Amino acid sequence: MSGIYWGISAIDLLGQLDRMDRSEIVSFIKKCHDTTTGGFAPSIGHDAHLLYTLSAVQILAILDVLEEVDTESTVRFISGLQNEDGSFSGDKWGEIDTRFSFCAVACLALLKRLDAVNLDKAVDFVMKCQNVDGGFGTRPGSESHAGQIYCCLGLLSITGQLHRVNGDLLGWWLCERQLPSGGLNGRPEKLPDVCYSWWVLASLTMLGRLHWINATKMNVFIMATQDSETGGFTDRPGDMVDLYHTLFGLAGLSLLGESGLKPINPVFCMPQYVLDKLALSVQIMAV
Amino acid sequence: MGSNVDENTWVFYKDRKEWADVVPVPQDDGPHPVVKIAYSNVFTDVYDYFRAMMCSGELSQRALDLTDDALNMNAANYTVWQYRRKILKHLGSNLENELTFCRDMIEVNPKNYQVWHHRRVIVEWLGDASRELRLTEMIFNQDAKNYHAWEHRQWVLRTFKLFDGELDFVDTLLEDDVRNNSAWNQRHFTIALTTGFTPEVIEREVEYAKNAIKKVVGNESAWSYLKGVAQHHDGYMGSICHLEEWCQEMYDAGTRSPHLLSFMIDINEDKMEREPSSREPVLKETLDMCEALANEHDKIREEYWKYVKRHLSHSFGA
Repeated sequence: MSGIYWGISAIDLLGQLDRMDRSEIVSFIKKCHDTTTGGFAPSIGHDAHLLYTLSAVQILAILDVLEEVDTESTVRFISGLQNEDGSFSGDKWGEIDTRFSFCAVACLALLKRLDAVNLDKAVDFVMKCQNVDGGFGTRPGSESHAGQIYCCLGLLSITGQLHRVNGDLLGWWLCERQLPSGGLNGRPEKLPDVCYSWWVLASLTMLGRLHWINATKMNVFIMATQDSETGGFTDRPGDMVDLYHTLFGLAGLSLLGESGLKPINPVFCMPQYVLDKLALSVQIMAV
Repeated sequence: MGSNVDENTWVFYKDRKEWADVVPVPQDDGPHPVVKIAYSNVFTDVYDYFRAMMCSGELSQRALDLTDDALNMNAANYTVWQYRRKILKHLGSNLENELTFCRDMIEVNPKNYQVWHHRRVIVEWLGDASRELRLTEMIFNQDAKNYHAWEHRQWVLRTFKLFDGELDFVDTLLEDDVRNNSAWNQRHFTIALTTGFTPEVIEREVEYAKNAIKKVVGNESAWSYLKGVAQHHDGYMGSICHLEEWCQEMYDAGTRSPHLLSFMIDINEDKMEREPSSREPVLKETLDMCEALANEHDKIREEYWKYVKRHLSHSFGA
């Protein structure tokens, strides 16, 4: 399911969505809907999970067929996963992660049902995951990580709570991810990876500080991760390409204003026109 | 994903006498699969039989052994893990053996979410975390920054109150690699949940960070930790363990590490906040530092340093 979301988003950014067979995709998604729990599974016959529920709804939004979602049951699935402390489990088996907080809130926003969960508590839990360096981790105490930061900021943006974040402090931590090669890592002293082009750039965009990254060098790095023989992007130059890195490479380029790519929404990681059609706006920090 | 199984030596489940009573259930991707995966024959064989187990709801020893194979083929299949747990509960299986199985899976798939989640569940069932510190330590020997292992260790420490000796453990990791951000994070985590950042602890930790920086000046984590600890102090930042003088010494000796300059700017900002009379001279020096960073020492972040310069001028200018 997530693979389809990465592929569909990437191809739509490139303006070639009509090369995909919509009805096949919609049919597959419907088969992945678990009517017992209300959530979506990654593939037919698998168990439902928040991650794939978000992906499914994102795909249907991009294909402009959100009416195909059994909203009530999906909302029931998501709201049932919120815990006492405001956190979200990925499924009934209880793994907690701020990624799931984001999945829940983003999905409900797309379905226009943010009323279904306790947003105050959801925000409170996310804030408990904030560290002294201004970043966020998976759970309280977890090391700050660019991917988790994106998820937490995304939730705060959707709920209009970005003011709780010190934009200067976190913006600084984020722009420190840029290495001399121009690429970005996800935590101090780690290797660069093209997917951080998304997590970091989108986060900085939400904080109104995208310009704190050296765009020229960033662009060079992302372009270097392209495979000129097969097409597609990889995590760092020389490795095998895959759909995941392809989407996030393109998404990063779109944020940087690359011509030939549709504008992308920094919170939902979906083409902006899709959010416009849904009249869904996100909070961006003013600097 | 996949395994190193040799198809020539593999005994297919469909050929095993003791499985003859089971009808395998093929995967149903629908008539027009969207992203069809090219499964190996072994994979298909194992999963056809796993699906059969799920369909019939069989919770036997052979079903448990089958999940071994299914997980070796794909350790990320959380449905299999869940079914395995169901079987374990039903059979009342030896959970110590399960810890061993889990450890083996973790060694092969250390960055997989499901193996760590499974480990946590088994530890919870056993109420015994005596092996967890050793397990995570073993993973850190291969990869000292494994995020999952750190999470697991934090959960163990918190849940079973095993903080004793943790700071010493962090020490050994930082001896190995003073740039290990995860270890620095763990240091903060441990102190926050034990002694807290009392004045004595703040002093001790500032000295600790200073020593680490002496070893490697360009160490983002150590500076970040220093700044984080200093934030717990009520008074002027520059006065903790003579930080102002210590920074100035490095600067005077010619060090222009962006981390040093950034920290000096932070100290200066704090000073200007607290002592309005200091603003004029300190501001000029600070703005010059921002210029130097933007133009020379940290050019890649020139927009950030220009921002800081504007922001400080605005806050403390005449």
